[in-house]
Amino acid sequence: MAIEIYANVLIAGVLTGLVYGLSALGLSVIFGVIRIVNFAHGEMMVMGMFLALELFRWFGLDPLWSMPIAAAALFAFGYALQALLVHRVAHLPEHLQFLLLAGVATVMVSAGQMVFGPDARGAQVGYALDSYAIGPIVVDKVRLFAGAAALGVAALLFGFFRYTLLGKAIRACADNHQGALVVGLNVARLYALTFGIGAACIGAAGAIILLLVDVHPYLAPGYTLLAFVIVIVGGLGSMPGALLGGVLIGASEALAGFLLVPSLKSAFSFGVLILVLLLRPQGLLGRVAAP
Amino acid sequence: MRLRWPSPVPRRATAALAALFAVLAVAPIVANNYQLSVLTLVLYYAYVGQAWNIMFGFAGLLSLGHALFIGIGSYASAALFVHFGIGPWAGVFLAVALAVAVGCFIALLGFRFAISGVYFALLTIAFAEFTRIVCDHIGWLGATEGLFLPVSSRSRIDLANLRGPPEMFYYLMLTLTFAALGVSRWLLHSKLGYCWRAIRDDPEAAAATGVNVFWCRMAAVAISCAASGIAGVWYAFYYNNLFPEIAFDIGKSIEITFAPIVGGVGTLFGPVLGAFLLFPLGELITGATQRLGLEGIKQFIWGIAVVAIVLLRPSGVWPWLWGILGLAETGEEVRP
Repeated sequence: MAIEIYANVLIAGVLTGLVYGLSALGLSVIFGVIRIVNFAHGEMMVMGMFLALELFRWFGLDPLWSMPIAAAALFAFGYALQALLVHRVAHLPEHLQFLLLAGVATVMVSAGQMVFGPDARGAQVGYALDSYAIGPIVVDKVRLFAGAAALGVAALLFGFFRYTLLGKAIRACADNHQGALVVGLNVARLYALTFGIGAACIGAAGAIILLLVDVHPYLAPGYTLLAFVIVIVGGLGSMPGALLGGVLIGASEALAGFLLVPSLKSAFSFGVLILVLLLRPQGLLGRVAAP
Repeated sequence: MRLRWPSPVPRRATAALAALFAVLAVAPIVANNYQLSVLTLVLYYAYVGQAWNIMFGFAGLLSLGHALFIGIGSYASAALFVHFGIGPWAGVFLAVALAVAVGCFIALLGFRFAISGVYFALLTIAFAEFTRIVCDHIGWLGATEGLFLPVSSRSRIDLANLRGPPEMFYYLMLTLTFAALGVSRWLLHSKLGYCWRAIRDDPEAAAATGVNVFWCRMAAVAISCAASGIAGVWYAFYYNNLFPEIAFDIGKSIEITFAPIVGGVGTLFGPVLGAFLLFPLGELITGATQRLGLEGIKQFIWGIAVVAIVLLRPSGVWPWLWGILGLAETGEEVRP
């Protein structure tokens, strides 16, 4: 009996973790190529959530159908952010880039607060309470769909970077910035595209997670930190690492919430972050950074 | 991005500072309660901004979890007062000791494992968040319901227990702010200050010339955390209530950095100037748009200010202003 409960909790955690992983993938892509730590990450995710929420309220659109729209909107936002702001601070010290995005994050949280107010709202889809039972294992339908959607988007992203010419060009920029310039790649444009693609992942993850979580503007810093925890655990800049980190953190949070007090579960992931920072700063799947 | 540094203090700067102090000292006579509370807040952020500036501006260690050290100071002194009746003047020792101990522990871990730059900042955030969540579960410290200090009559001044009217807290913070300014200047021009700047600009070169990088950095952390702990004691007794969500909030840690960034990271007067620019501006705009019910407009403006500063004047307003005011007569190169 006990084992089935653990299995249920674990599966739910892994499925949620896949969505976390997709969002962290966005952070990881942006860092891996542009070397910018996107401090406005959670804010962008919440933007995706609000977008899906409004589409649900006005048109009754399932968040899973809003997902491409949220991804497209966030792509445009990320592209503009890189092209208009981040691009201009590329030559400045790291901490100033970090602080620029912290400023953007502050603007986004307070804008969300002004437009949507502080109350938490969710999208109640028709199948919200359905679940599948396979023997003793019970899986929520929304969670299964959310996990599958996240996995699908992540697979698309991996495919894009592996097989398309554009994806290869972006990888070339990440591997050797100067070399990319020499062979005539338009690095500034590719960087903007990368930021857009990363942001699209974050937006998609935001739309998906609306199935599981009610949205309010103050969620944002928590998601930023969660994504940092995940990519640092998985290895900053490593794409499979981000997905793995997401699953690990999702599962361990679910277990910690089940075994300990639910509200202590995020203390657990910060504990994991501190341990990983200290013992394996390059992350589980990360490589030691080249000097 | 090379800047000049005024040293020694030019006569004009001394006169300007004395004038500023005089104006601020008589301000409570003419200001109403609301204006006084805004001024108090400005001075508070000027003070904690200076504390943060010692670690990041002088020694190059980016902390984005400084609310942790202030919060520790607040909780330590408030718990002593509430549970044991021990007053803040004794409590401040525990507050400072705890804030310094935690700060040095985090720094020790960071240095021991060679965590630098943004990763160091993430480490400070992680510890602040960890503390916030743990504090939520400590009933002795009020947990999520909050820790409240007994409020007695606000008209009588009881300096020993820090119970009294808002003016008392205002003058305390005024003293702290100017004391911090003096200490910062003294530190910056001491041997330690030169070592800090050498480490900030190039740790390896500093180490090669015989600077003990580890101990100098530790000293910066300890001094910055001690100053933050003192701010925490003041905060606890001024507001009389403490909640983990507010005391250790990441938003608070970020807010602390705004004034020094806008004013000029690594400068002496920058944090003070930044606080005087940002916080009254935020209040003015909040007041002007009150009817529209735009909750959060203050942070919105501050966020835009930070973005604008990073884009237009990454070294801050003060280095630009001191050239105009003619306060920089002798040139000492400083590169924040």
